[in-house]
Amino acid sequence: MAKPFLMIYVRPGKCDFCGCCVGVCPEDAIELMEAKLSIIEDRCTNCRKCVWACPWEVLEFHREGIQDLPKDIVAVDDFQFANSLK
Amino acid sequence: MKKQYDVIVVGAGPAGSTAARYAAANGASVLMLEKDRDVGYPVRCGEAVSHEGVIQFIQPDPKWIASTVTKFRLVAPNGSSVIPQLDGVGYVLERRIFDYELAKLAANEGAEVITKAYVYDLLKDSNGEAAGVKALIKDVKVEISCKVVIGADGVESRVGKWAGIDTTCHIRDMESCAQMTISGIDVDDETLDFYFGDEVSPGGYLWVFPKGKHTANVGLGLSVEEAKKKSAIKFLQEFIEKKFPNAAVLTHIAGGVPCAKTCDTLVKNRVMLVGDAGHQVNPVSGGGIISGMIGGMIAGEVAAEAIQKNDLSLLVQYEKRWQKRLGWRHEVFYNIKEAIAGFSDDRLNSICTSALKLPEHKRTLGGIFRTALWNQPSMLLDVAKVFVS
Ligand SMILES: Cc1cc2nc3c(=O)[nH]c(=O)nc-3n(C[C@H](O)[C@H](O)[C@H](O)COP(=O)(O)OP(=O)(O)OC[C@H]3O[C@@H](n4cnc5c(N)ncnc54)[C@H](O)[C@@H]3O)c2cc1C
Ligand code: SF4
Ligand code: SF4
Repeated sequence: MAKPFLMIYVRPGKCDFCGCCVGVCPEDAIELMEAKLSIIEDRCTNCRKCVWACPWEVLEFHREGIQDLPKDIVAVDDFQFANSLK
Repeated sequence: MKKQYDVIVVGAGPAGSTAARYAAANGASVLMLEKDRDVGYPVRCGEAVSHEGVIQFIQPDPKWIASTVTKFRLVAPNGSSVIPQLDGVGYVLERRIFDYELAKLAANEGAEVITKAYVYDLLKDSNGEAAGVKALIKDVKVEISCKVVIGADGVESRVGKWAGIDTTCHIRDMESCAQMTISGIDVDDETLDFYFGDEVSPGGYLWVFPKGKHTANVGLGLSVEEAKKKSAIKFLQEFIEKKFPNAAVLTHIAGGVPCAKTCDTLVKNRVMLVGDAGHQVNPVSGGGIISGMIGGMIAGEVAAEAIQKNDLSLLVQYEKRWQKRLGWRHEVFYNIKEAIAGFSDDRLNSICTSALKLPEHKRTLGGIFRTALWNQPSMLLDVAKVFVS
């Protein structure tokens, strides 16, 4: 899959862990636990369906990836966690 | 916990608990795993059900009924409203207690239940068929074997995908939802309110479901196609600020409802899907509690029977039985949803005006649907099927 880098970011403090985003993700790229949500970087194609689906505007699409992230987005650590289950 | 079961159920919502209950009652050894700390909480639901739906499974009990409703009020975009005649009553539940009771019914039949147990993959045999699950139970990785896995993991279902079933919900069909339970407001405890129109919830609807003591679930759902333009939470905040500015907010939740036809495949590689996981939701109303329980009941019975007869090829019977019981209806409802979602505000207003002209005894939901669909003769046949069955 030609994909430059992950462009989907999570605002973890805002998330309600409801699963609406997981239900529309065509790539099975979202790991959702009781109180933890993370994107599985290798699978995500940046299609943005999860961003549109989120009722609470928790997920964000950033064109430049990590370069243009607002400072308060801190979910990057969770990638490691998601990969550890695979 | 043992190392091996006949059936492992993933998810302890109404569909999972009912599947576990009927599988255990018919002789299977059953383990049900729930990722959250509590069964039944958090509640992501408007909590409305019909009396006829509930009594198929459990006798109504005041401890999980917040209010008994006898009326529907449909509010058009211009504020005019119509109250159709209903026969029968409905309930607004306390799902945190209701779901608990359903899990107890499963436990009483012998099913084991474990919470804080997150299933993150399937164990597979050399043929690629499910042979168990991999789970993180209270942060410890464990592998548990079984003959059949029942995926009851809700809108966020992944169990089916791991078995090769495409359960991704199209964004047109996924309803992106937000709800607040608010208190200190003036609502009629016997009436379910539904608001329609572009201002409150384009293509979907907003609900006010009374919970007694000046409290109600106020929420809305709209297709992700619409939510792209404006999110569910923005619509909800605007409505509540306008309509109930001084309300106390007791909970607020997000959620998703797959308002689609049932998944084409419900059984594959020894995995069965029930409830939201298999898209067993009424696509018009978004109601999925009772239909998910019906799916769970059939799947539990079929799984136990196949295990007893030592013939897992019988599992596919579940698809046929579901289709016959409710699947076909949901297909009809889906077509109706497609028609209604396209209605403009003007059209909705004029439907309300026409409905109010109907004599009172004809002001039934069916009568209003017929009025609504008068200009769409192709739909009349579908509507007839729904109300005749
Ligand atoms: C806002 C909103 C309002 C609604 N209002 C109504 C209504 O008024 N009436 C009605 O009938 N329906 C309503 N619905 C729909 C209804 O809530 C669902 O259809 C119903 O809960 C489906 O039951 P279920 O058992 O399939 O799934 P759920 O109730 O979602 O249960 C699934 C369970 O699986 C668990 N789980 C998920 N993944 C895993 C995993 N990997 N490992 C372990 N456990 C897992 C989850 O934690 C959850 O407990 C509403 C839905 C929403 C979002
Ligand atoms: S849809 Fe939004 S609130 Fe729900 S789990 Fe996904 S990111 Fe969190
Ligand atoms: S962007 Fe698309 S592939 Fe990536 S997590 Fe979201 S829905 Fe899945």
